[in-house]
Amino acid sequence: MTIEVKNIVKKFGSFAALDNVDLKVAQGELLALLGPSGSGKTTLLRIIAGLDWPDAGEVSIDGENALARGASERHVGFVFQHYALFRHMTVFENVAFGLRVQPRAIRKDEATIRARVKELLDLVQLDWLSGRYPSQLSGGQRQRIALARALAIEPRILLLDEPFGALDAKVRKELRQWLRSLHSEIHVTSIFVTHDQEEALEVANRVVVMDKGRIEQIGTPGEVYDDPATAFVHGFIGESIVLPVDVSGGSVRLAGQRLNIAANGAASGASKLFVRRHDMQIGPAGSGSFEGAVRHVRSFGPIQRAEVALSGGEGKTIIEIDAPRDRELQAGEIVSLQPRRYRIFAAQD
Amino acid sequence: MSTQSDVATVATELRAYAPTVDLTVSPLSSRKERTRPLTGRAVGNPRTEPGPVRFIIIALAVTFLSVFVVLPLVVVFAQAFSKGIGAYIAALTEPEALAAIRLTLLVAAISVTLNLVFGVIAAWAIAKFEFTGKTFLITLIDLPFSVSPVISGLVFVLLFGAQGYWGPWLQAHDIHVLFAVPGIALATIFVTFPFVARALIPLMQEQGTQEEEAAISLGASGLQTFFRVTLPNIKWGLLYGVLLCNARAMGEFGAVSVVSGHIRGETNTMPLLVEILYNEYQFVASFAIASLLAMLALITLVVKTVLERRLDEGQEPSDH
Repeated sequence: MTIEVKNIVKKFGSFAALDNVDLKVAQGELLALLGPSGSGKTTLLRIIAGLDWPDAGEVSIDGENALARGASERHVGFVFQHYALFRHMTVFENVAFGLRVQPRAIRKDEATIRARVKELLDLVQLDWLSGRYPSQLSGGQRQRIALARALAIEPRILLLDEPFGALDAKVRKELRQWLRSLHSEIHVTSIFVTHDQEEALEVANRVVVMDKGRIEQIGTPGEVYDDPATAFVHGFIGESIVLPVDVSGGSVRLAGQRLNIAANGAASGASKLFVRRHDMQIGPAGSGSFEGAVRHVRSFGPIQRAEVALSGGEGKTIIEIDAPRDRELQAGEIVSLQPRRYRIFAAQD
Repeated sequence: MSTQSDVATVATELRAYAPTVDLTVSPLSSRKERTRPLTGRAVGNPRTEPGPVRFIIIALAVTFLSVFVVLPLVVVFAQAFSKGIGAYIAALTEPEALAAIRLTLLVAAISVTLNLVFGVIAAWAIAKFEFTGKTFLITLIDLPFSVSPVISGLVFVLLFGAQGYWGPWLQAHDIHVLFAVPGIALATIFVTFPFVARALIPLMQEQGTQEEEAAISLGASGLQTFFRVTLPNIKWGLLYGVLLCNARAMGEFGAVSVVSGHIRGETNTMPLLVEILYNEYQFVASFAIASLLAMLALITLVVKTVLERRLDEGQEPSDH
């Protein structure tokens, strides 16, 4: 099922939670809404689910105006950050809930409901817990039950609000992979909200990066990481070195010194230079755009992370770079740095 | 990026504070603490006062409770049975006494039922929805607690009395509110209104709206959500509120006294009859009825304790 959101505006008092948001989600996609807290991603998800209403704009699910229907009629599966399992019901009854509250005319008989619940509990691999109560489960188990419960109504779309946000790091990783494989199995159009970039990049087919109620960029994980559209996206996704530079007539200057890089069409004026940590090439002194003294080196795994104090200016600019371990750096060493890939954005952003 | 390490820092900080937090444990639990081998310092435990001080404090508390709570209760029963069990039973089976018991039960049944409905609706609105005037509504619910019951009764006299706003109209249509069951029920409802709502509001606020939202997104209607999700979650709190409401409804004196008219065998509730009999020097009869009210109080206390335990179990911390 496709989802289309047009010109959505939502205000809480004078605070604009969503400011003219447009979004199209294709059939069978697994889309991530990624952004810092307060960026409006959860509000957008709740509006699609019918748990919140926009002040203006349109939402359509499969070409049909969704705003004309309440949440209970939208047939949307919703998974909450804190699970929201019914605490007085067993796992079995939790999953069966959506089937039991159907109007009598279309409600299945008890045997069919039982078979369906069993099937769903098998799908989330927790059928052995069906007689337990939510308080007797671990966080990861609760979230899988919440997912099974949402899937019970055969939702047209599946919405997940920070589904792994309340779990510890290891369980979160496991559930991520599990969600991806589950999605490729059942292929229901899904949107999940997260503030964890790693989660978004690892799980989703497409990532929507949001900030301050606006969409900053929509793209595949590769696109938003390698080709960030705005300074915000560059700074939010991945680790970046940010340096204040001046652009004038094709030349780029840092603290008055001209850098050996092209402006790449960036407009003149105060700007910011963004470079990924691992995109700083280290060379012998005198060969690159920047010179600096290595202050500190930490080596782990395949990389060494070095703190470099850039010379020039007041000498107070300290950056962190990631370098391969083919040449071990020493503290105190003077190195030359040249960005392999970089981006320049106007400073106002 | 640094959220994880932040969380870790917070966790270690919390652990570092843990002993400090522990120190604030109330003295009630200190006995348990001392037997715990981990604490070790059984003799010089800094959390425990020296023996004599402890003895004096406990003795003071016990004396106070005995004089002000236990003794009056004992006196009630002693007086009730002072002429033997026969006189006690005779006093309770007097037609006037039976009428008072019947009236009290009837009024309690009416007011508890209505307050159950009103209380649940009010708590539901306050806890689950945002609207302007919410604080005002909460204050309004508390009003009966802060107004003297006599004033509460007088309000109804002003409204329904012969000289009151609606008195003439009611008289013309031969409807009896004051000095009859409706008046007594109204006054009791007013006085006991906060109990159910007050018991439910904090509980429902703490539970939040997520389970309701989950139910609705699963296709449940408003009523299905209420009866299948909200109500089961609040049932112990609701029983708790009903219990306290009932105890107050049966024991209410001031407001009922103003609107009742004290018609013997007709509009006297148990508390009113206790006073009348006492004023007529019928001590055995007076205390016999008082003993029923005292027993109601004792039963209420026991059930209340059980319910409080259930409520605590119901709120087991889930690891959010």
